[in-house]
Amino acid sequence: MKIAVLLTMVPDPVEELEIDPSGTALDTQWLRYVLSESDDHALEQALLLKERHGAQVTALALDYGDVDQTLFTALAKGADEAVKIAPAPEGSVTRHEAAAIFAAILRRRPADLVLTGVQAINDLDGHLAGLLAGLLDLPYVGVTRSVEPAPDGTVLVQKEYPGGVAAEISVPLPAVIGVISAPQPPRYVPVARIREVMRTRSIGTEALPAIGAQPVPAIRRLYKPTAAGGATMLAGTPEEVARELVAVLVDRGVLR
Amino acid sequence: MSAPSPEVWVYVEHLKGSVAPHTYELLGRGRELAQSLGGRLVAVLLGRQAADLARTLGAADLVRLVDHEQLEAFTPDGHARTMAALAEQHRPHLVLCGATSAGIDLASLLAALLQVPMVANVRAVGVEDGRILATSQLCGGKLLCDVEVPSGSVLAVLAGAYPAEAGMSTGEPPVETAAAPDLLARVRAQVVRLIEPAAGDVDITRVPVLVAVGRGIQRKENLPLAEELAALLGGAVCASRPVIDQGWLPLSRQVGKSGMTVKPRLYLALGISGAPEHLEGMRQSELIVAVNTDPAAPIFTVAHYGVVADIFEILPALVAQLAKAKRAA
Ligand SMILES: Cc1cc2nc3c(=O)[nH]c(=O)nc-3n(C[C@H](O)[C@H](O)[C@H](O)COP(=O)(O)OP(=O)(O)OC[C@H]3O[C@@H](n4cnc5c(N)ncnc54)[C@H](O)[C@@H]3O)c2cc1C
Repeated sequence: MKIAVLLTMVPDPVEELEIDPSGTALDTQWLRYVLSESDDHALEQALLLKERHGAQVTALALDYGDVDQTLFTALAKGADEAVKIAPAPEGSVTRHEAAAIFAAILRRRPADLVLTGVQAINDLDGHLAGLLAGLLDLPYVGVTRSVEPAPDGTVLVQKEYPGGVAAEISVPLPAVIGVISAPQPPRYVPVARIREVMRTRSIGTEALPAIGAQPVPAIRRLYKPTAAGGATMLAGTPEEVARELVAVLVDRGVLR
Repeated sequence: MSAPSPEVWVYVEHLKGSVAPHTYELLGRGRELAQSLGGRLVAVLLGRQAADLARTLGAADLVRLVDHEQLEAFTPDGHARTMAALAEQHRPHLVLCGATSAGIDLASLLAALLQVPMVANVRAVGVEDGRILATSQLCGGKLLCDVEVPSGSVLAVLAGAYPAEAGMSTGEPPVETAAAPDLLARVRAQVVRLIEPAAGDVDITRVPVLVAVGRGIQRKENLPLAEELAALLGGAVCASRPVIDQGWLPLSRQVGKSGMTVKPRLYLALGISGAPEHLEGMRQSELIVAVNTDPAAPIFTVAHYGVVADIFEILPALVAQLAKAKRAA
């Protein structure tokens, strides 16, 4: 089975995010990008399929931020191939545009199973996996927590429904799956192993395809929410804060 | 091409014979939007023998129903492709669905099939001078983005963005049954079975005090700190998704969109950022106390009391104070 895993770089949520002077985009000058969390789970899901059932895993990513590091890490974790779509597209890429780019690449190099994270923290105009499935006219299931091949050549996926319920869905291949979690946490690779891979392996490239204009909403303003001001903030030494909190709990009758 | 009719659509989410509470939130807001746009509110109900559910959708001017065995349980393919076929026929001005685990799949696929814009994580939608404006929440609530939405767009609206009461009128709304589109024969993904949540050791929906840990707890080895506090408070430990995904606690302890909805007397959120998917499961708690090192963490927008601090400093102090208070009592 040929598996393509699509990896998206997103702003590091731990960093302070600044808006650029246009007021409609993030200031990218100091922005640090990291791999989107659910894409890391998608990669783990692909590697589990490879280990348990045999598969050829290719990681694909747009040329963005520190993507080389991410692609080498995918190789170090066990991906067979890592491919960067280059050059970097101009400006930021909407999800509709990213879906159109990946669709063009996947038409050039088809996969039996396309895995990607079901969402990224900066999704504005949609989520990549579903958009891509629509463009490629492939079966799609998202918000999955496990993907297993079935004897009849389909895959059985577990999709989350609300309230802790899940559904087991049989999906014929080729298909696009939007992963929320892999059956186990994404594996860790030591930095030394990544360095070794950087010396011994290389990242392939695919030329950035031309895509037509995509339907996207017009951004008027990007901003930070003003604090709702609802919370009473407690400050002081940990002991002072703890004392105050205990007083609140007694006052509210939570502590008996 | 004819001008789009000013229909506002709400996709009706349902599971095991009940309409999702979130659908009523959308119907309530959809009612107002339809009014501002001078159009009608249409609830789109896809399912198998689902006509009975229409009676709970009285807030809509019309229920458009497609009944087909392939639509019994939600699959993105079955439901999005049917929605797309209906939309091509009726050209709705706006399609609202929930930013739920079904809705986010539906919305993206539908937007791609129709080649229309979509807005994810919508927390507000309104009409200004005849234009539709939506506010999307990004980066787990750290950023907001106002966008102008062209006619025909699909919006995935966060749970809790609007009150459900306004959408909860019952009655006998007119039902228009639409034929199942031919393409249903081509739908390839099939639901094999539903998997009910495994009963946990503790039912966190019934515990009066919840000590909730997020990624800020850092390591499994740190969990006993939270357990000790929960024991002192007569409660239980629950967690945000990353903690569960790491396998540090069972799925039955997850609070949020994919986990449990809880409403304890006290919800103590430790090292939880307050992403919309988490807030969805706990915002109704009677008293919310949040401890987070980041003063801009969105959890503080729902908390009643907040502390900007390291949980590893606050936790031991709190345990000590509580033990003292208990001894004194
Ligand atoms: C379809 C779908 C369903 C989802 N369902 C759920 C769900 O049911 N439940 C859920 O929780 N999430 C769910 N999520 C995930 C959700 O989007 C967030 O990723 C998740 O809630 C984040 O968890 P967190 O707050 O623990 O982690 P983070 O967002 O990483 O936040 C960690 C926080 O801890 C703080 N922190 C770090 N160290 C310390 C310290 N020492 N002291 C104090 N504070 C510290 C940081 O400042 C940060 O605010 C879902 C996502 C999707 C797409």
